[in-house]
Amino acid sequence: MSTMTSPPPSTEARPASITQGQLPARLPLYLGIGALVVSAIITLPVFGTNWALLVLIALALYMVVLNVLSRRTEGARRATDRMVTTLVSGAFALAMLPLISVMYTVFDLGLPRFDGQFFTETMRNVVGVGGGAAHALVGTLIITLFATLISVPIGILTAVYLVEYGKGPLAKAVTLLVDVMTGIPSIVAGLFAAGLFAQLAGPGTKNGLAGAVALSVLMVPIVVRAAEEMIRLVPNELREAAYGLGVPKWRTITKVVLPTAIAGILTGVTLAIARVIGETAPLLIAVGTTDSMNLNPFSDRMATLPIFAYYSYQQPGFGDGIQASYDRSWAASLTLMLVVMILFGLARVLANVLKPKGLK
Amino acid sequence: MDNQLDSAPELVAEEVQAPAEVGDASSDIAAIAASREKVDRSEETVNRIEVRDLNIYYGDFLAVQDVDMTIYPRSVTALIGPSGCGKSTFLRSLNRMHEVIDGAYVTGHVTLNGEDLYAPGVDPVLVRRKVGMVFQRPNPFPTMSIYENVLAGMRLNNKRISKSDADDIVESSLKGANLWNEVSDRLDKPGSGLSGGQQQRLCIARAIALEPDVLLMDEPCSALDPISTLAIEDLINVLKEQYTIVIVTHNMQQAARVSDRTGFFNIEGTGKPGKLVEINDTVTVFSNPEQKATEDYVTGRFG
Repeated sequence: MSTMTSPPPSTEARPASITQGQLPARLPLYLGIGALVVSAIITLPVFGTNWALLVLIALALYMVVLNVLSRRTEGARRATDRMVTTLVSGAFALAMLPLISVMYTVFDLGLPRFDGQFFTETMRNVVGVGGGAAHALVGTLIITLFATLISVPIGILTAVYLVEYGKGPLAKAVTLLVDVMTGIPSIVAGLFAAGLFAQLAGPGTKNGLAGAVALSVLMVPIVVRAAEEMIRLVPNELREAAYGLGVPKWRTITKVVLPTAIAGILTGVTLAIARVIGETAPLLIAVGTTDSMNLNPFSDRMATLPIFAYYSYQQPGFGDGIQASYDRSWAASLTLMLVVMILFGLARVLANVLKPKGLK
Repeated sequence: MDNQLDSAPELVAEEVQAPAEVGDASSDIAAIAASREKVDRSEETVNRIEVRDLNIYYGDFLAVQDVDMTIYPRSVTALIGPSGCGKSTFLRSLNRMHEVIDGAYVTGHVTLNGEDLYAPGVDPVLVRRKVGMVFQRPNPFPTMSIYENVLAGMRLNNKRISKSDADDIVESSLKGANLWNEVSDRLDKPGSGLSGGQQQRLCIARAIALEPDVLLMDEPCSALDPISTLAIEDLINVLKEQYTIVIVTHNMQQAARVSDRTGFFNIEGTGKPGKLVEINDTVTVFSNPEQKATEDYVTGRFG
């Protein structure tokens, strides 16, 4: 015993055993149900069916009871853990609530007119019931495609410049301008495009290309940011490996850096498309709208889904036409949402296919 | 330093038999160096590198000062020294990789086959095709298969090669890098799926596929286990029959095992430039160095 130099550890600081009391695994579930029931008994007679209040009181009850029980059997650390877990899950549920609500509403109200006629017919000579948004869907796709064609090359090349070439005040200025562009209100982008085309093609010019220009003003900074981050993530070792093999810088960028970063860049581009495909204000100014199919983005007004939805709701007509117009508006919203979802799905698939092979 | 353990069984045996002289760990390293076959390449001129008055800068900071060195062809030259003394910086100046870093430049001359690599009008890209490099961490291209990685030097430079030529180059390079037997059945698999040692040999295959005159190796074994290290060292011994090899290493036993000549770099203090203290036959450096600083370093008295 004389060789022992340290005092025996106190039992408080270092428990003798590594096991401790534990609440039954199903207890939180039963407790949750119990809290809801109790809360219903309290709130229903006094406030009627107020779901938000009912859930809120149930949550408070649940947290207090669980905390007390857990503190007595499991100790303070586990009790705190359970409380924080409840709070975090609650915050997540709160954040999901509006999303699910929007999805439900759009599907619920959009599905009645989500039919074949909606995708094959335009609003040409349609008053009241019937008609479709084929012209608006086509217009949205064409304008977004042109906006993408304009902004993706500009965005990626700017990002390459910022990461691989830019240094000093010029690069700083470009970075600052990109940041400023991110914050441009969309109506300003629309006015810019309208003003530009008024200069080029005469005042009052409205066509798909002007809309594409307006949208690309909004898209470019998003693409630059996403591509810049992704290109920066490419390890410098790969660049050095290529330089060490006697590969010129531009070839290193096109053959090594960009292929390595392509999956992330594509995701960024998709996000940018999703961001602008639902823009309404700039298109209202730069493109206008029409009831007819117009496949030529270089002349005359085009219809787009957001504006179609807007006008269908804003100017529903009269009589039976009112409900029909509202239905078309919701169907257009549903279509727009599905287009965005499909784009995200496509981006996921593409990113997986193009991902560097070793990282799969 | 992490390769101290790879000293291989024969060294342990020697340590036991050698009369224990306290504080002189270099005697068995010297024994390893002395046991190697000596070939004198000092008169050969093809692929000989002459370094004269070389100063290497990072912006305003002088990193390496006044290096004069002759690197003999078809032999292995090892560069040793404490961390931060400029070994790697010096190595990277031999194929103009140094200037890839912003603000980095050199003054002085490096001649290969009588041509000054730093003469005006010299294209660094062409220099790097003659002077290949293997890096500290294996860095195969993750987007390419093993096959494509070996050919990367050619494909990335847009050189057109027929399928059969490509197959030949891949096979001979992988055999040259002692990797063919391990990967010949999965050439289409990604290079990053190999083990660390295999990846490093893949990088060596990628470098020798371009048939460079000189091969630079920057601590090629520091991220590898003893067995992979041994494989790479064996490979270096074979490659030196054909190439001029310069290797930076922190492992003095490795320097003794693979190199014919050894250069010792040192630094006086933080912020001071690194200098080449001496360069000589490896045996001499480890058994009978000219400079006190070299002796202190190789006997483990400092650094």
